Amino acid sequence: MAKSNSQVNPAMVFSTTPEAKQRKKYCRFKKNGIKYIDYKDGKFLLKFVNEQGKILPRRLTGTSLKFQRKVALAVKRARHLAVLPYVADGLK
Amino acid sequence: MAANTKSKEVVLNNYESVIIFTPVLSEEQLKEVVSKYRSMITENAGELVHEENWGLTKLAYTIDKKTTGFYHIYEYKAAGDFVAKFELAFRRDERIMRFLTTALDKDALIYNQRKRNGEFNQPKKEKLEGKENGKK
Repeated sequence: MAKSNSQVNPAMVFSTTPEAKQRKKYCRFKKNGIKYIDYKDGKFLLKFVNEQGKILPRRLTGTSLKFQRKVALAVKRARHLAVLPYVADGLK
Repeated sequence: MAANTKSKEVVLNNYESVIIFTPVLSEEQLKEVVSKYRSMITENAGELVHEENWGLTKLAYTIDKKTTGFYHIYEYKAAGDFVAKFELAFRRDERIMRFLTTALDKDALIYNQRKRNGEFNQPKKEKLEGKENGKK
């Protein structure tokens, strides 16, 4: 037996999968009460694209469907206005 | 109402137009174009709510072989048929490289109002910049 680590959940200690340590994903828009996503704010939208400038899927960001649609629209508008690139390499 | 053929009262909707002017323009020329479109809104029974100029800004990719552009944003109230007229003028104008007009819903209006009041915090941006520097 290890020395008393009574506060640590035993399932976490013995688990080898990385998922067990991760917190549950949540939709940041729902949590923070953001209702409108500004397409002019390039820095913020950068959180939702990968290094190549592709929109990240919901399964990675945890965004709810309602806001994923809005994110996608905002990113596409930002691309049109050259706030975000259509294609990029090493954006982050 | 003006001498319009329609007798119904005109409903004004909220719109926002972002325009990218060519970087070739001098300051005076830019002022002139900006005021031209500003007056176009007011002359067509519209109402200018807010205006914003980003100045010379770097583009994410080249447009017409230019790497920079003057961004200008009009937020206004206008009748629905005005947008087509407005955009037609943009297309005919050689000084405009790119434009985008969007209708604003109620959340967007609240957001813009709050942004104007400076309610959004600045320190977050500094953090992001710090991260970028750290990576390099």
